[in-house]
Amino acid sequence: MAEYLIKNGFVFDPVLGIRGDQADIAIKDGKIVETNAITNPKVIDAAGKTVMAGGVDIHAHVAGPKVNVGRNFRPEDKLFGYKPRNGIERMQGGFSVPTTIRTGYNYARMGYTTVMEAAMPPLYARHTHEEMRDTPILDQGAYPVFGNNWFVLEYLKNHEIENTAAYIAWLLRATKGYAVKVVNPGGTEAWAWGLNCENVHDPVPYFDITPAQIVTGLIEANEYLGLPHSMHVHANNLGNPGNYTTTLDTFKLSEGIKPKSKFGRDQVMHHTHVQFHSYGGDSWANVDSRAREIMDYVNSHDNITIDMGQVTLDETTTMTADGPFEHHLTELNHLKWANADVELETGSGVVPYVYSPNIKVCAIQWAIGLELALLAKDSSRIFLTTDHPNAGPFIRYPRVMKWLMSEEAREQQFDAFKHKDKVIEATNLAGIGRELDLYEIAQMTRAGPAKSLGLAHMYGGLAPGLEADVAVYDFNPNEPYAPDDIEKAFSNAEHLFKTGVQVVRDHEIASNGNKRTLWVNAKVNENPQVMRDVKEKFLRYYTVTLNNYEVTGHYLPNPYVIEVDATQ
Amino acid sequence: METVTLTIKNQPDLYLEADNITPDAFAGKKADEIANLHVYVGREQHRLGDFFEVSGNAGATPEETKIVVNGDLSRVKYIGMKMTGGEVVANGNADMYVGAWMQGGKITVNGNVDAFAGTGMKDGELVINGNAGNYLGAAYRGDWRGMQGGKITVKGNAGSDLGTFMNGGEIIVGGDVDVHVATHAEGGKIVIKGNAKSRLGGQMVEGEIYVLGNIDVMMPGFAYREDVDIEMDGIKGRFALYEGDLGERHRKRKGQPIYAKLYQQIGA
Ligand SMILES: [Zn+2]
Repeated sequence: MAEYLIKNGFVFDPVLGIRGDQADIAIKDGKIVETNAITNPKVIDAAGKTVMAGGVDIHAHVAGPKVNVGRNFRPEDKLFGYKPRNGIERMQGGFSVPTTIRTGYNYARMGYTTVMEAAMPPLYARHTHEEMRDTPILDQGAYPVFGNNWFVLEYLKNHEIENTAAYIAWLLRATKGYAVKVVNPGGTEAWAWGLNCENVHDPVPYFDITPAQIVTGLIEANEYLGLPHSMHVHANNLGNPGNYTTTLDTFKLSEGIKPKSKFGRDQVMHHTHVQFHSYGGDSWANVDSRAREIMDYVNSHDNITIDMGQVTLDETTTMTADGPFEHHLTELNHLKWANADVELETGSGVVPYVYSPNIKVCAIQWAIGLELALLAKDSSRIFLTTDHPNAGPFIRYPRVMKWLMSEEAREQQFDAFKHKDKVIEATNLAGIGRELDLYEIAQMTRAGPAKSLGLAHMYGGLAPGLEADVAVYDFNPNEPYAPDDIEKAFSNAEHLFKTGVQVVRDHEIASNGNKRTLWVNAKVNENPQVMRDVKEKFLRYYTVTLNNYEVTGHYLPNPYVIEVDATQ
Repeated sequence: METVTLTIKNQPDLYLEADNITPDAFAGKKADEIANLHVYVGREQHRLGDFFEVSGNAGATPEETKIVVNGDLSRVKYIGMKMTGGEVVANGNADMYVGAWMQGGKITVNGNVDAFAGTGMKDGELVINGNAGNYLGAAYRGDWRGMQGGKITVKGNAGSDLGTFMNGGEIIVGGDVDVHVATHAEGGKIVIKGNAKSRLGGQMVEGEIYVLGNIDVMMPGFAYREDVDIEMDGIKGRFALYEGDLGERHRKRKGQPIYAKLYQQIGA
């Protein structure tokens, strides 16, 4: 493989602790190496430019059946947005739910190299993997959802951690999954009964278990296995005024539990898209920001990581395994609605949504997301996401960076709101002068998520030995710049290397890369009871046989297996 | 007002995607520059001048530009798409999406148009002196934002699904219409001077439909309220008023739900 030397760039790397100093980055055989380990490199002149590790997205909905429902039922999302084939670039389409091809290219254009699909329904894991396979360049993994799964509900009702762990290990292997995802624990199962669980102690119908028991049990099982990532939760009561108390109650379920993982993470709970979970008030008329209460908790508890779920003020497509929430949303905006029940496992819904700057609530949501990041004491425990495409499409990450880095940019947005005064009154943001720097941005988009995922040994930094995922941006942090220059530069990486292959050259896609799919193979002691339960449930309930369930072979042409040994 | 005349000289093998035939695209250009604007046939890009004889120069702005298109345009799509001002006269039958998403100005078609004319139209005037195809003044596939404003007048008949997701503006059809009128509409006005078939106002939330002729089958979601006298835009007579769609959600004013209204003429 070609050797590269990226010379004289302003490097921002939390792993090496470099805060914008000029440094050279050397690449050999797909890895970052010491600069004296290369002999005849191609030299990239990065003088006057910004150099970072490839971006890592811990939470986005980019592959699988509900993403595809979004594509199928929103032809208007593709209107006037097609880009024809051009050189090695294949045809691209779609805005908020782009084609797989556009997904890969647009992440690469932003300098991102690793993207996790945040909710994989196990029964449709094959579909999810097919879409990931067709997403160029990116390393990806997918999180199967566990929070409404009948096996889990039955085991955890009796606090059977070992059985839950054995089932998790089996399902990760069967679906080639990466982590334990929980969406509206118990609530989606309740939705199949026309109900919901809005608080952590609401009982799940029939199963006689509470969301609190599900969350705690899954954290314990996750740590029993020592998985790379922690339990990754979207709590109950998403999107409702006053829900911040449910969020705090959910956070508290992690108290006293320590990580038991050799993968270097410090958290036992990752709570996703916290913006949607930080609302005060008791109606849309008096909803306000509780980002301060939320961040007070996060700042003082280091066994939690979170991501933003920043509203970008776009027309987008919401999609979640939180079936009851999507029904609530379609009742609110009267737009089209898709709903699915996934047998014993989960459910989902899809509804288009327009986050309008003329609507007070949308503007409040925008402010809350930014407050979370600006009130964080440690930028390596809060990650930049838009819960793509739920709060906005991922192509807006550079715009979010602009808002985080520039008070002027935030003021411009405030001025564009129709209900500016009411928004300022209901939020804290106008009083927050903090402007993040590129080092903190690198924590939020590189080092932080990589560590939380248990992948700090591969991604998120520029230390020798890590994967050669390196982005060069045409941005000089030492020269004066306008807020929009940030968005422009980070939307359009000048160069990007993925595992040592140059995939973006001079702002153009130069290669479709060597995409890998990460999954976790957790070895556990033989567990005849769980295997008997699996066989029985497939015979009695599933519409498919076990033989048609497992993801194998051509679904993952380029797998990357992370081995975990939980036998004892 | 400057006039640019396009006369079709070569018919495309497939269909011509000619969204550049607008006063907006032509404004400020001379005939040879206009001939160099692109059109698509399938995935191949061509010049407008490959298919049309172009004469005359455009005005400085769309408002000062008139385009006359002559010949058989039944394989030409998107005439006047997204135009904001000026005038287009098509002397012949045109294919789909005439005046789609138009925002201003006037289009006159001296012939028939195929489907999706006036899709998502926001403002301006679209006059069709022949018949219109399906989805006249409707929303784009999947979209909930149909015709928002402006006026569409059809001298002859219109096809099915006119005014789907209509939110504003006016559609006047001189002749008969096929099934599905104002489905999902939340505003606007549709006048049908001839006969209608069935499924008028299905899932309609707000807006008005007037039918001067017969209706084959009335939607069960519409209830008869009363007979009323109407005098409006040259229409005069006694009409039966129906309200619906009773199965849909409706806004309330002073505690009373606001229904969509369907008027059918019952007498002079
Ligand atoms: Zn999500």
